[in-house]
This record gives sequence, structure tokens and C-alpha cells, in this order.
Amino acid sequence: MSDAPVLELRNVTKTYTVKQGMFGEPKPLTAINDVSLKLGRGEVLGLVGESGCGKSTLAKVLLGLEAPSSGEVLVDGERLDGQDRRKLARRIQPIFQDPYSSLNPRKSIADIVSLPLRVHKVGDAASRDRAVREILDIVGLPARVMNTYPSQMSGGQRQRVAIARALIMKPEIVICDEPTSALDVSVQSQILNLLGDLRQEFGLTYLFISHNLAVVEHLATRVAVMYLGRIVEEASVGELFDTPRHPYSVALLSSVLTPEPGRGVPDTQLGAVFPNPIDPPSGCHFHPRCARAMPHCAQVAPRPLPTPEGHVECHLYDDSRGRAVA
Amino acid sequence: MTDKPLLSVRGLTIDIPVASGTLHAVRGIDFELMKGETLCIVGESGSGKSLTSLALMGLLGGRISRRASRADFDGTDLIAASNRQMRRLRGARMAMIFQEPMTSLNPAYTIGDQLIEALLLHKKVGRAAARDRAVALLEKVGITSAASRLGQYPHQLSGGLRQRVMIAMALMCEPDLLIADEPTTALDVTIQAQILRLLVDLQREMNMAMILITHDLGVVARIADKVAVMYAGELVETGPAADIFNAPTHPYTRGLINCIPVPGKTARGAKLGTIPGIVPSLVGEVTGCPFRTRCSEAVPACRGEIPVRTRHAGRQRILCVHEDGQRAASEVPA
Repeated sequence: MSDAPVLELRNVTKTYTVKQGMFGEPKPLTAINDVSLKLGRGEVLGLVGESGCGKSTLAKVLLGLEAPSSGEVLVDGERLDGQDRRKLARRIQPIFQDPYSSLNPRKSIADIVSLPLRVHKVGDAASRDRAVREILDIVGLPARVMNTYPSQMSGGQRQRVAIARALIMKPEIVICDEPTSALDVSVQSQILNLLGDLRQEFGLTYLFISHNLAVVEHLATRVAVMYLGRIVEEASVGELFDTPRHPYSVALLSSVLTPEPGRGVPDTQLGAVFPNPIDPPSGCHFHPRCARAMPHCAQVAPRPLPTPEGHVECHLYDDSRGRAVA
Repeated sequence: MTDKPLLSVRGLTIDIPVASGTLHAVRGIDFELMKGETLCIVGESGSGKSLTSLALMGLLGGRISRRASRADFDGTDLIAASNRQMRRLRGARMAMIFQEPMTSLNPAYTIGDQLIEALLLHKKVGRAAARDRAVALLEKVGITSAASRLGQYPHQLSGGLRQRVMIAMALMCEPDLLIADEPTTALDVTIQAQILRLLVDLQREMNMAMILITHDLGVVARIADKVAVMYAGELVETGPAADIFNAPTHPYTRGLINCIPVPGKTARGAKLGTIPGIVPSLVGEVTGCPFRTRCSEAVPACRGEIPVRTRHAGRQRILCVHEDGQRAASEVPA
């Protein structure tokens, strides 16, 4: 890891106001709650958590599609919010989950892939054409697809088009939001291999959002576990998968169904359902589902504690805080 | 348990008329299922696994034709059965749960109405008794304050809860066979594990047979007794789960297993296995092995008749020109 992080989040909070029902009182929903993260050049940060934990909101904030309510996002040490969206788009690009809805069905592949170049007024028609051919070749598509339309392509081919479009501006950071979950197993492995190759070839940094922990373990160098807007544990991939600390990380890892026959379905011990983010539980948000909850977990929010390669937010590892309350 | 299978299917074939001819979506597949057993049909999109389940339930669209030399469900011929006979079976003795609970629940009716409908239809019970059974089943599938849920509508429930309601609904009449088509694909991994545990527990309790359709090899390994690997409308490999995972034999099965990263086994960041190429078109006459264009073991003989080969004392079956699914060094690749 180089010392200067290519991407940094400092105490980022994103709050939405939601109304429940036609006459309901508007209530704040904290989708991201005071999140700080650092991502070094060439790293792949896997972001995991259940639906509704704030993963996708985090991606939107990074892409500049949502402004954080407070805190700041820095790219190469520069603050994002003051920046022009266009300047930002040159550095950070997304790849979304569903290649069926993320490509305009009425545009040809050449139009779709070259759009970023046209928006940023890069080069003339001939040089853009060359750039499209080049990037299609890099993502493993033949040049003849340029004049075809998304409907004529398979899911894997479409995802390659989405990758080509994301990379044509040579961004530094790519936000991959569930890039393979809509794909078949045999296609998923091709796309994962491609993402791995591209990272090496272009020195890309990925934020890799996925609920498939086996895929995250395979591709990520660091992993952040998110629960109700907080990053409850962050560590290197080895540390997190070999010695998970937070009980939620442990539960997530135990829910992975590896293809080993005869081992049955594991009991995650996560009894209660995912809580309503509008009305999060007191103290540690995870305490109602936690197998190792202590009395003070319901009252005092845990603080981030440093670990050898990251941090964890859990009272189990904090000897001094909150115990007196209970 | 008797030796007679609950469900026995031979030569199930499904044809779909399309603009350019006939799409031979499923071509002569055989399988059987004993009472209380779990069969997982695994395959990728377009392999015909969902069509197979719909064909068994008699839920294919009118233009799609199906035939089989045998499709016996505990004495009823599922292909020859009249609509009336099928209606008596569906919901009562065979039930189905789908991938997307939001689209398969009726948004305009309460959970309670939808739960007791099948029971009132098939069994001689009163509304009060049906309601009690609905509450009992909702509790069994892990829904808290079940009685108050009966008055709620599907949109008021989370995805995980909806899927539990679907399961409860399918089990209202204690069916002998449950067909679950990707029941956990739309759910979080944590909820997936809970739902699968629930299905396995209920299945054991009711001695119910289950056909689970999925593309997730992890799910298959953990809950299947028997596995059928489907590719382009054919069951290319079938056998007990342990044999399929410990000794996968058909090149497609081996390819699929190599594609997924396995925590603790696959080296982090190492290249994953791939299956190059795409699924062939099944429109028009399909000859030879449908996998041959993507297969590393393909030889010229793959264009002809593909023999069925049995291994492990007949328990494992593959469709391949090679005895053990592998080309001998002396053979010429295609």
C-alpha cells in the first residue's frame, strides 16, 4: 500500500428524510453513520453487509450522485464536494449489478462505450472510434459488436460492455456494485478474472460491493463489514476471514454455503430479522441479534477500537467503556 | 419408506414454438424421487430447469407442448391428468414456491386470506380451523406475532418474511412434494441460511419430498440427497450429492465446480476456472452433445449419439462419449 490513500472518507454521514404513509411524520433515516475509510492505490476493498445496511448509499456518495450530509470524501487528498461532477467522473466510475438495465437498449454498443468520451469532449470521432475498439479488445469483446445493441448480447457480454464504458476514461477508482450477482456461475468467473486482470494492468482501485462473501474473499485485499450504516469491522482479507472479531462478521461468514456435501445448513444464530433503519436499536445496533450480547450493549454504543490491520466496533474488545452502566 | 418412488419421470420433453421453428427446451430427461428425499436440479439460465418444474405442476403456457413416456406421481399420470385432476393435486399434494415472493403473492389480498384459500379448497375444514392452522404454520416458519400478521398485506412485509409466508402457504395442506424454484436467490445470505434450515426441518418433520431448483452449488451441496446437473435441456449428470461433489465426472459438472471460489480452498486472487463459449441454440434439430462446443474433452464422436454411462454401482449417471468424462491422451480433440 502506498502511504497516501487514493480514496478517503472522513466521518461521512448521509441522512435521508422519509415519510411513512401519507400522513406519517417525516423521520430521519441515517443510511451512513459517521463512516471513515481509507483505500490505498491498487487495493480492492470488499464492502459486505445485508440489504439495507447502507452499502449502495455509500457507493452513491462516492460517485457524487448523493452529497454527504456531513463529513468529507477525498480523492488523492482533494475534497470531492467542491469539485465539478465531470472532473470526478474521470476519476471514479461505476459498474452496476444488472447489465440488463444499466445499458440503454436504444443505443449501439459503440455509442454506449464512447459516451463518456463525448461527454468529456475527448478527441475527434476517429480517435474515439480507436479508443472504443481498444477498450472492447481489452475487455474481451470482438470489434464487430460495436454496431450491435444490448438486446443482442448475453448477460456476460453486457457486463463486459459496462466494464468497457467504465474504463474508457481511464479512471483510478471503480465502484463495483454487485457486478456479478445477476450472472450465471460460469460467466461470473469470467468477469471476476477480467476484473482481476484489469486491476493489475491499469493499477485500478476497486470498491467491491457484494453479498457473496466467497467472491469478496477471492477478489478483495481489504474487507469492511457494514451494519445499519456503521462499518463495524474493517481488516485485511486474511485477517477478516481467518479471525473475524465482530460477532456480526462471524455470523456473516458462517452463513456462506461452501460446496461441501454433508455439512448441512449452518445456524447463523441471527435470530431476529434485520432491524428497521428508521428506528435502530439503542446502544450497539447489533445487540438484539447478537449471540454474545452483554447487558451494557443495549445502552452504550461501542467505539472503534484499533486492531492489528483495521478496526472493530464491539464491546467484547473494549474493557473500559460502558461496563459500569450495566 | 417403500421402494416405489413418489415421482418417476422418463423421457420428459418440452417443446416451445418460436418464430424460427421449435425450441427443444427439454429433451428426454429421466429422474425419480422417493418420499422424503431432496433432489436439486442445478443449471444455468436457459438450461430448462424451471420449465421442468412447471411441466410437472401442469403450469406451462398453452403453446408449450410437453410429453413423457412416464410421469407418475404416486399413481397419477401428470401428463395425462385432466385439469380437474391437476387442480386437486396442486396446492394439496404438490406445492410450489417461487423465487420472487413479491410477484407470487397477490398484493390485493391479506396474508391470511391467501394462506387459508388452499386449505378451504382442498380440505373439509371451517374458516376458524383454517385460521388456526395458518397461525400455527406462520409460527412454525419463524414469524413472530403470527395472528396479527394474518390481516397484513404482502407489501407490509420484508423479503425474508414474504418468503416465509410463501413457504407456510405451500405447506398448508401438508403436500407430499414441494417444488422450490430458486427459493433463496433474492435473499441475503443470512436469511438464505435461515430459510434453507427451515425448509430442511419442515421437510423432515412432514416426510415431504422436495425438488429444489437452483444455480447455487453451495445450496445444492448442503441440502441435496440427489443432484441432477442440467445443461441445455438435458440432465448431463445425476447422482447422490456426495458423489457429484467428491467425484464430479461430466466435463460440464467439473467446469461448474471449478468456476466458483471456495473459501479455504481456492487461493485468494488466483484465476478461477471458466467455461468458454456460450450455450448453443436449441431451435431446430439438436444432435450430439450440446456441451461439445464448450468442452475441453470434445472429440469427433461428440457429434453423434451420446451414450448414458453409469458409475458407482449405477448411482451416478453421465451423458458423455467418454467412460469417465475425460478424453484419453490418444484421442483426437474435436
